Formats: sequence, C-alpha cells, structure tokens
Amino acid sequence: MRHILAVLVENNPGVLTRVAGLFSRRGYNIDSLTVGRTENSRISRMTIVVSGDDQVLEQVTKQLHKLVDVIKINDITSDQYVDRELVLIKVGADPSVRAEIMQIVDIFRARIVDIGRKTLMIECTGDEGKINAVIESLMPFGIKELVRTGKVAMLRGHKFTSINDNREDD
Amino acid sequence: MKLSGAEIIIKSLQEEGVEAIFGYPGGQVLPIYDALYDSSLKHYLVRHEQGAAHAADGYARATGKPGVCLATSGPGATNLVTGIATAYMDSVPLIALTGQVPCDMLGKDSFQEADITGITLPITKHNFLVKDVNDLARTIKEAFHIATTGRPGPVLIDIPKDICVKQTTFKYPDKVNLRGYKPTMKGNKGQISNAVKLIGAAKRPVIYAGGGVVVSNASEELFRLAELTVSPVTTTLMGIGAFPETHPLSVGMLGMHGTKSANYAVSECDLLIAVGARFDDRVTGKLDEFAPNARIIHIDVDPAEIGKNVRVDVPIVGDVRMVLTELNDKLEQQQPTEWQERVARWKEKYPLCYEENGILKPQCIIEEIYKITNGEAIIVTEVGQNQMWAAQYYQYTKPRTFISSGGLGTMGYGLPAAIGAKVGRPDSVVIDIAGDGSIQMNIQEMATAVHYNIPVIVAILNNNYLGMVRQWQEIFYDRRYSYTDITGPDFVKLAEAYGALGMRVTEHKDVGPALKQAIEANRPVIIDFVIEREENVFPMVPPGGAIHKMLGG
Ligand SMILES: Cc1ncc(C[n+]2csc(CCOP(=O)(O)OP(=O)(O)O)c2C)c(N)n1
Ligand SMILES: [Mg+2]
Repeated sequence: MRHILAVLVENNPGVLTRVAGLFSRRGYNIDSLTVGRTENSRISRMTIVVSGDDQVLEQVTKQLHKLVDVIKINDITSDQYVDRELVLIKVGADPSVRAEIMQIVDIFRARIVDIGRKTLMIECTGDEGKINAVIESLMPFGIKELVRTGKVAMLRGHKFTSINDNREDD
Repeated sequence: MKLSGAEIIIKSLQEEGVEAIFGYPGGQVLPIYDALYDSSLKHYLVRHEQGAAHAADGYARATGKPGVCLATSGPGATNLVTGIATAYMDSVPLIALTGQVPCDMLGKDSFQEADITGITLPITKHNFLVKDVNDLARTIKEAFHIATTGRPGPVLIDIPKDICVKQTTFKYPDKVNLRGYKPTMKGNKGQISNAVKLIGAAKRPVIYAGGGVVVSNASEELFRLAELTVSPVTTTLMGIGAFPETHPLSVGMLGMHGTKSANYAVSECDLLIAVGARFDDRVTGKLDEFAPNARIIHIDVDPAEIGKNVRVDVPIVGDVRMVLTELNDKLEQQQPTEWQERVARWKEKYPLCYEENGILKPQCIIEEIYKITNGEAIIVTEVGQNQMWAAQYYQYTKPRTFISSGGLGTMGYGLPAAIGAKVGRPDSVVIDIAGDGSIQMNIQEMATAVHYNIPVIVAILNNNYLGMVRQWQEIFYDRRYSYTDITGPDFVKLAEAYGALGMRVTEHKDVGPALKQAIEANRPVIIDFVIEREENVFPMVPPGGAIHKMLGG
C-alpha cells in the first residue's frame, strides 16, 4: 500500500542525502520525494510517498525518526488531506491540432504557458489522478518533454504537521 | 579571551572529561596537534588510524565512557572507516575527529580531500562538518550527547583546517537543544504491566540478554529479574558478562555457536524476555523456528529494533536499566518448576566439550586463561574460531570483561581494542585472544603497546589457517580449502623485534606457566600457541537452520 509521509527536518546541509540514503540502503521504495522550505526558515518539509506493508512502514518511520535531523513525521494517508502535483508538458502542436489541445487544456483547467512554432507547453496542477489523465489525453499529440514535481500534501481542517502544534504528534 | 578552533577542541574535550585520545597526525590536523603539544590531554600515537578507532572503541567498551580518536583528512579519515563501522554495529560511544581541507578548498578534489561525512553517513549515529568556528563548541557538545545517550554509537566531526585556526570566544554550552533527538528512556507503564502479566502466566520463561544490558549498566537489575522470575538466562555474544555464567540459571551463549542448553531452552520456552538484544540472524537462525512457542517481551532503547525481525507481544521502549528497575518492582517472586529442572538437566547432559588427543587444544588454553586469571581479566578477541572459543570456554561473571567485534566481525580489532581497554582499565589484566590471521591485520599496534608500555598479552591460537573460514569449507564446501591456508611470521621473533616479550607454547603442560610469566612480565607479550590445525568450533547451527538443530558438540 502507498503511504504519504509529511516529514519536518532541520534545514541542514546533507539532510536530503541522509533521508534518501536511508531509503536506498534499507531497500525501501520511494515513489516520490519532494522537499522545500516551510514558514520557518530553519525547517524544511518533505513529502515522501512510499510503498510497503504495515511492517515496512513501521520500520521506515522508526528509522527516519532515528535521524537526528528529522523533527517530526506524520503518516497522513488515512486522514483527510489535500495533495497536489504540478506537471509541465511540451506537446507537439501543429496549427491543425492546436484547437483540440486547447480544449483539453480547458477541460483540465490547465494552462498554456509557452507557444513554440511546433509545440505548446502546458502547465497543470492537481492530484495524481488528474495529472495522469491530462498526460494520457495529450499523449496522442506526441509528448516531447515532461516534468512532474512529485506530490506535496497537507492535512485538511484543524490538524497540523508543524512543530508549534502537537495535536498530531506521534 | 579568544581561542583558536584547535584550542577550543582541546578545551571542549576536557570539558567532556576526556582523559585519553588515540590518533595520528597529518597536514590538516597540524593546528590540533599543535594545541595538543602542551595540553594535559594524554594522546596515544597509534601506528595506523584503524588502530586509533579500535583503541578508542576498546577504551569505551572497557570503561563505559566515550572513546575519542583523531585522524587527518583523506587517507587518515578513510583509515578510520572500519573502526567506525565496528563501533556502529556494536553501539559503542565513539567520537571520531577528522581534519579536513580548508573550507574554500572543499569540493575541489583538493590534496587529501575525502568526503568523510558522506562516506560515514551510513555507519555513524550522526556526523557533522563544521564550517564556522562559532559552531565548534556546540557541535562537540552535541556529538558527545548523541554518542553517549539513547542507543550509543559513533559520531564523527569533520573539521576543516581554517576552522582550527580561526579564533572566537570560547564558552562550552551546558545544555544541548536537539529537537529531532529525544530518546525515550522510561518504559511505558501499560506495557510494563502487560509484561508483569505475561511473566505471571508463564510456565517456561527464558531471558535472552544482549549488549544493551552491558551498555546501560543494567547487570544488577538483570540479575534481580532472573532471580525473581527464576528464568534461565542466555546471552548473546555482545551480552556476555551481563549475567554471571557461574550462576545456576545461566545457560551461556545462544545462537550459531551457542550451547545446546541455551538453544533448547529458547526453542522450548513459552515466554522469551528479550533485553537489550536485537534478534540478529546469528542468534535466531531460521526465524520461523525461533522460540516458536513463546510469547515475546522485548525491551530496548531503540524503537526501530522492536518488531524489526520478529513479531513481539509486549514491546517496551526505554533504557534497559530504567525499565528493568520498574519491572522488578512490580514482580512477585516466582517459584521454580519442572522447567528449571529440565534446563538444568540439559546443562548437565550437554556441556561444551572437546576431545583431548595429546595435541594442544585451543579450548584448553582458554580454560587455563580462566583459571590463571580467576576469571577477573578483560578478555578481548579477534574474529574467527578464536573469538568463539574465547566466548565459550571462559566463564564471564562481570560486564565489560568480554570485548569483541560482534556485529561487524572485524578481524584486526583485538590488539588495538586491547590497548584501549588497558589504557582505560590499567589495573586489569588484558588479554587479546587472537587468531594467526586476524593478528596480522593490525600487528603494527605492537609498536604502540611497546612505546607506551601498555602491558597487553596477545594469546595467538595459531592454527596456520583462517580457521573459521576453513571450518565452513570443511563442512559446506567438501574440504576444498581455497586460500585459507595462511602463513605468518615467526611471532616470537616478531614480538622481540617490536621490543615485546615473545613465547611459544606447543604443549598443554606449558600453557599455565607461560601465561603466568606473561602476566608477571607486566609488559607487552605475544604468546604463540601452536594448536591443533583442524579443530572446529562446536556446537554449530548451519546458517539459516533452526537453532535446536546443531552439529557436533
Ligand atoms: C577484516 C575481515 N576480513 C575477512 C573476514 C572473514 N573471516 C572471518 S573469520 C576469518 C578467519 C580468521 O582467521 P584467524 O584470525 O586465524 O582465526 P581462526 O578462525 O583461525 O581462529 C575470516 C577471514 C573478517 N571477519 N574480517
Ligand atoms: Mg587461524
């Protein structure tokens, strides 16, 4: 089963290597990992999507906790959360098919962010299902280049993954 | 007053109560060595940085205090790696200080630059690269805190040369503030009550004690637990000394080369109380057949060890000593039943044994060492058959008297670790039980022992084989002894060349007198015991087999 972990880490050099190294050396499967600053400049936040059974997840969490730079871990999978990904797609677009592509872009509430002589660049955000769908729809036109960010996720409502609020502490 | 980074390092080590450090100089640690020159810190110059790491490790295991080693950048730092990994696998508090190229040269493949924090990432509990002299004292404070608390382990601090030269005001912090590092020390009350219930209901309890008992200085509490629950006690290799092997409830070591009584007791028990142990494959053998009828209570300070290899009924995360103290307070005295008798009968029926045939046997050498030292020595080992015989045939009664590389199994560990142990515990007789192969891996440390007159005794069980590997080749590879027939120098002459005392013993009757002479010499000694070449370590559980199915013994 896939789990989404929200992980707060010290914004120290090498912290990404520590986390990534832990996953590879212990043979855990990362589906995606994103990292960026938070409201607190000393703290970064990672969103890690990892697959494994309950026992694997328990080990992943415990081993992550052993890293001195890891401050807090929330497995948000079974809670209500919002998750988003962003994708940029450069798609082949002769004048003859541009209208059709623009229709697809509209349906997905995506955006055209660049126009080349024979290409269009499309930006789309959404959950994983939506991103997969937009990619699939554009496939027939020929995808020249594609980049996705990986997931970021946040709990809904009054629950937090932050160091100031310990209601969700584990 | 402002101090240089190098002076801050020395002062900080002194603040931590460090008395001895083991090291080797080089270009990037020149400022540190300059500060050492007229400091009161005792520095031991080893002959190879691996020796420094193992010596610091042996010092730590013998004393319970953190060991400190120091090396220059690049090759000096990489030479520490095996020593750091050894300490990591056995949860030894070790501080490794390494010099590094100046900050502005980092990342440019500068002369003697090695990314040692990257290299040691998976074999340290934590590591630091200090890039600002103002962070230095705090970093050292944090390093000692991390190395010595929770589940101890090695911490490396990489210090660029310019940081050692830069000056700042020195104030050693009195507190650490690491929001991501808060080991759980006190056991959960509910789980402790659950343990009490399981113990009350158990008919056939066994205590399985590991290195965590030694690390948390919990031998007395373990003793009390054993007596309250009347449980037979088995220890792992790392747990040796945590419970007196002379006690009627002791069944000795379990696992691959464990006693039959220990392996049978674990296989038949209905409650296994695992204390500071981690269900290593050398202990459990085939997992589904390990303690198959038992409920399991697992006490460990490292939550990640619980549930890692086996399913546990009652997990208790916490410092072993604190948890046992609380648990003991809640326990009522249990009464012996038919179970304790049964275990005693196994003990009687299946003692460790070997055949005497006139040729000098390694087992009898260990027995002689036990007799001559009254079981009071600190026994350090190399790796291989020598290590297993040392574990089996000496009866350990106190923690920190058996020092061995368990998790990593590092040949070459013994001599430098013995030197470190002797530095830390100068009043104890320290004997490195060695193999002829292993001793050649760090033999250069004889020079260190002689230079500082550190009277360690190296007892080589010389079979002219990489004996443990040969044993596997004999049993599992049809006696095809591929590259295990190893030669060595004349160890007596070698000892003499180093300025140590060298002796050779070929007969049983000379073992005792030679040992006596070695102890009385009060200087470094090598005794070359020429033993039966193809002696094997028994009993033996074939790898991946169930532990109650043992070969030999
Ligand atoms: C550094 C290192 N290299 C290789 C091994 C694999 N190994 C384990 S035991 C052993 C043989 C040790 O020979 P010796 O020191 O003579 O001890 P004996 O088994 O003969 O007592 C070897 C090669 C090891 N444990 N460590
Ligand atoms: Mg040998």
